[in-house]
Amino acid sequence: MESVGKSVPRKESFDKVEGRAKYTRDLRLAGMLHGKLVTSPHAHAKIRSIDAAAAAAVPGVRGIVTGADCQELTGELLADRPVLAYRKVRYYGEPVAVVIADDEQTAWRAAGLVHVEYEVLPVVSSPSRALLPGAPLLHEEVEKYKRYGDVYPVPGMNIGNHLKIRKGDFQSGWEAGVVKVECYTAFRPSDHIAMEPRAARAEILPDGEVHIRASTQAPYVIKRFMERYFGLDPGQVVVHVPFVGGGFGAKGAVQLEFIAYCASRAVGGRLVEVSNSREEDMISSPCHIGLEAQIKMAATPDGRLTAAQITLLWDGGAYADMAAVMAKAGIDDCTGPYRIPNVWADSLAVYTNHTYATSFRGFAHPEVTFAIERTMDLLAKKLGMDPIALRLLNAIGPGETTPTQVLLDESNIGNVPACILRLRELMDWESGQRVVLPNGRIRTKGIAALWKTSSTPTDAGAGAVLIFNKSGSVNLMTGVVEIGQGTKTALAQIAAERLTIDPSLVHVSFEVNTKTNPEHWKTVASSSTMMAGRAILEAADDAIRQLKYNAALVLQVSPDELELAEGRVFVRGNPQRGFLFREIAMGYESENGLTVGKQVIGRGSYIVKLTRLDPETGDGRPGPQWSVAAQGVEVEFDPVECRYQVLRAYTVIDGGVIVNHRGAVTQMMGGMSMGLSWATRESFLYDNQERVLNPQLRFYKITHFGENPDMVVDFVQTPYHEGPYGARGIGEYGTIGMAGALANALSVAAGVELFQLPLLPETIWRARGGGSVHDPV
Amino acid sequence: MIPFDFDYYRPDSVGQAVELYARLRAEGRNPIYFSGGTEIITFGRLGQLVTDAVLDIKSIPELGALGRSGDHLVFGAGLTLNAVAESGLFPLLGDVARHTADHTTRNKITLGGNLCASIPYRETVLPFLLTDSYAVVAGRQGNAWVSMHELRLAPGELLVQIWTEQSAARWPSVTIKKTKQDEVDYPLVRLALVHDGRGVRAAFSGVCEAPFRSWDMEDALNTPGVPLETRIAEALRRLPGQVIDDQLGSADYRYYLLHHSLREGMSALEGGGR
Amino acid sequence: MKEFTGRRYGVRLHVNHETHTLHVRAADTLLHVLRDQLGLTGTKAGCENGDCGSCTVLVNGTPLNACLTLAVEAHEQPVTTVEGLRGSEIQKSFVEHWAFQCGFCTPGFICNAQGLIDYVRAEHRHADDELIKEWLQSNLCRCTSYHEIHAAVKSVLDDGEEC
Repeated sequence: MESVGKSVPRKESFDKVEGRAKYTRDLRLAGMLHGKLVTSPHAHAKIRSIDAAAAAAVPGVRGIVTGADCQELTGELLADRPVLAYRKVRYYGEPVAVVIADDEQTAWRAAGLVHVEYEVLPVVSSPSRALLPGAPLLHEEVEKYKRYGDVYPVPGMNIGNHLKIRKGDFQSGWEAGVVKVECYTAFRPSDHIAMEPRAARAEILPDGEVHIRASTQAPYVIKRFMERYFGLDPGQVVVHVPFVGGGFGAKGAVQLEFIAYCASRAVGGRLVEVSNSREEDMISSPCHIGLEAQIKMAATPDGRLTAAQITLLWDGGAYADMAAVMAKAGIDDCTGPYRIPNVWADSLAVYTNHTYATSFRGFAHPEVTFAIERTMDLLAKKLGMDPIALRLLNAIGPGETTPTQVLLDESNIGNVPACILRLRELMDWESGQRVVLPNGRIRTKGIAALWKTSSTPTDAGAGAVLIFNKSGSVNLMTGVVEIGQGTKTALAQIAAERLTIDPSLVHVSFEVNTKTNPEHWKTVASSSTMMAGRAILEAADDAIRQLKYNAALVLQVSPDELELAEGRVFVRGNPQRGFLFREIAMGYESENGLTVGKQVIGRGSYIVKLTRLDPETGDGRPGPQWSVAAQGVEVEFDPVECRYQVLRAYTVIDGGVIVNHRGAVTQMMGGMSMGLSWATRESFLYDNQERVLNPQLRFYKITHFGENPDMVVDFVQTPYHEGPYGARGIGEYGTIGMAGALANALSVAAGVELFQLPLLPETIWRARGGGSVHDPV
Repeated sequence: MIPFDFDYYRPDSVGQAVELYARLRAEGRNPIYFSGGTEIITFGRLGQLVTDAVLDIKSIPELGALGRSGDHLVFGAGLTLNAVAESGLFPLLGDVARHTADHTTRNKITLGGNLCASIPYRETVLPFLLTDSYAVVAGRQGNAWVSMHELRLAPGELLVQIWTEQSAARWPSVTIKKTKQDEVDYPLVRLALVHDGRGVRAAFSGVCEAPFRSWDMEDALNTPGVPLETRIAEALRRLPGQVIDDQLGSADYRYYLLHHSLREGMSALEGGGR
Repeated sequence: MKEFTGRRYGVRLHVNHETHTLHVRAADTLLHVLRDQLGLTGTKAGCENGDCGSCTVLVNGTPLNACLTLAVEAHEQPVTTVEGLRGSEIQKSFVEHWAFQCGFCTPGFICNAQGLIDYVRAEHRHADDELIKEWLQSNLCRCTSYHEIHAAVKSVLDDGEEC
């Protein structure tokens, strides 16, 4: 292949390094108003009254919106969330009002003058406590909320969604097992920390057309939701998305867009910007989910898995929103990439008084993989088996079925054993998992195997339009958002490959405008290259048909006799008889000016073929294919202070055929870095009233420059027959196994089993008995 | 985004600064000295600090002093932490300064700002406590010499310089910083030790609510004829207050790290130090 | 008596070799003025708390967080933003080494790296990995693994040493 597989540099490269790339807040508009949020200082409280008189009296304030002004309830599957808190706040930092003023400074000052009286309520601090009898209810009548799709809230409980897997016969599988382990893992919510905080602008034109400009991964969902919640005709909603400064799932949620719309509605449709400060982005806008997972596994004495019982209690925070979907995504692949014939699983999106959650890179998989991979290591230890051997023995593959009973074949799943074997080789596993150095430090290795399918809605799809320029180059329009993942360059490569032209001749539209770019479900789920790539191939084929039609008219041959190479259409077997694209892309103009044929416009679309899951057994097709990977980590541990250094991190991924090699390598490295950052240091800290103590990057640390390990990335490329040129999807996978691999390595190093994240030195020190009467040294 | 407004002054001399401060106070204003301004800007944005008059003092020549004067080293309070570190004049101070905040922020944070900060760490005070340094403090009555052990600024007083004996700045020293996980972070424990030729001096930050030097602990550490481990244990019994227990780390872990750091630091120092 | 409130200050900033006379609030940060008055939106607001480095610019050649600097402090000072580094070696090197993904932290990294390059060359110092780390630890990136950025910066520094 000429373009696919090459390391074509990002097309937007120089715009980004020269500071020209425009993000949502970079477009300055005269007359734009600024909205500033007033947020809750309590995690759970009744709103007794809101007195905004003093704020309204500040010169330059143009409006104040509270929950009473926008009572529409929103939510991905379950509409439980008001645009602004109404009568009750359910998390610390929840938006209660928005003050709209001429400039940011006035809005900020006035926001400080909005007086809200609260009656503080008891808090729910974790999923397991939320389920205790007598726990305060966040939503008194959860059954009355409107539902959009398959969602199963439990009345009288803090449960926004309850999903089940019942595969095989768990009881007999459990009894057939001889060696059994049980593993409880837990971690609290954390945050995405995209470097660009979320921001949205809205304007309602006199004719009713609504323009929204936002830092979002989901422009078309915004359009749909404006219909769903506000009754607008989607044709009247135009969403503009410029460059987005990192998404990681955070920007798949729709929140500020609704607030900005309600704010604009309150000031006669004027353009209003609502943008998060870093603090608001961390605590007021949705965060990375927490989880408590209980896993039981049984195996034969030689290590064959016979059954698993899996209970996932998601800390979805105050509202079900995407947590309800993540509960599903987490259970879809809940066994990890292993052959387990008998599975009994429950996945609950639990309400707590934390910031509500949304998708995070890996969409429930980094979280579940941590739990599963810890369990696998416990099992290996109990069996006396090598952790790699145990995983190889149980690796799932063609001919077997997933937890939701999808039959796997040579195409719809990557090669798990090949990834594990390659990892074993790269990590020099045979040289030993644990080495004590002369200085007393301990070097260990840990691994994780993983898989993931897309878990998208059943109607997720993509579209593409190819417009030819007179020069023979093409403009490529999709609805994919450029969030840093480089998809647009990969898509240009796919178009170039099919059109037999150089990728530099494919001009991609970076800004998404939902009025002119064809719909793309969301830029999430490692699916954009696969879905939009398929749409592009169809669009390219459509364009090729038209090019051949134009050429055939002039050459007086049948289009079937024509073929393409190097940007030309010519007669098969007679390459001299033909035309460059530029001679026929707008029709062919003969010497006397008569033009035959017509402008070439290629169009294509793609839709995934999925099914809903059975509510009792979980049977169904949650995604089109499974990319798989094996990851590893090497650490050096200081047993005295329990500090450690991650020396190297490894990923071997089967993401199908790789479209842009360097792009894929750097995306995996970035994903690994994010997974390690989460596993080594990231978590919200709460006081006993569930108020977040560290809503700032000074106290909520992410990995800094120089704290990163060496990284090794390699690929197994099992083609996915439905994917464009065999591509699957890779965007999230680097993140997924890092926590599990790290915890496995550190458990070996520390000599104690570690079940909590983040893996802070103090956490390990405590696990080793530090803080008790006898110091561990 | 600082939502409130303030007046901005840039006095040219120490005298002008203290006079202006006094005048603004007399007018019922709420002035504040501003050198790096990092706390004022960040706390101002968060509404945790309000002022209506900022006196930017960093261009006053005395506050930019850096060098030797007789037997002493002179550090202007307006020097950035990076300038202090890069001068190489006082290696222990440089070491401490170089691991406070991050490099870019250290181009803004000043020595005086760190010494007078409202955050409880103020790590750069440790080397000055250990060397019995003196501060030059300006007030309406002129300049006064104040021992660093007694540095408490009254409203309107301005920290101008710190003077350290050159010989003391060359004492063998060790400093150790332990953080929660990250390299750029506030300390769980910051320990600074010097050997003055007669014995060890020790100062700490991150351990108790304020940075301190403890003569009691030093006595314990210097007890002749007692094994190191026993001396450290005794020193720890003499900690002047409760060990901090907060989101960075528990009191238990801090205490543990302190114990270990003392062991590490004392061994290094008694084995020769810097 | 007519009273005017909200006092503004005249400042002169020399930004990317152009002199601008502006009226600013004393409380306006340099970040705010660069972006909103001069339209230099390459300088990004990532935290406005001095924690992320996205707003790093060079003031008098020294990297500073524009969010922690008042515009009045930069009066009569030369300021360089990412837009002023167009065509620089470091920008090209970032492209060659895939040292960015979403691009939001990139201007801050590039300004800081340029500050380091200028410092190393002026002082004739060898930039070892420790020095690079000390400087660049001030900037956060959430997309890359930092290796890519290290390689980009190292490559320019090494080229400089060969000259």
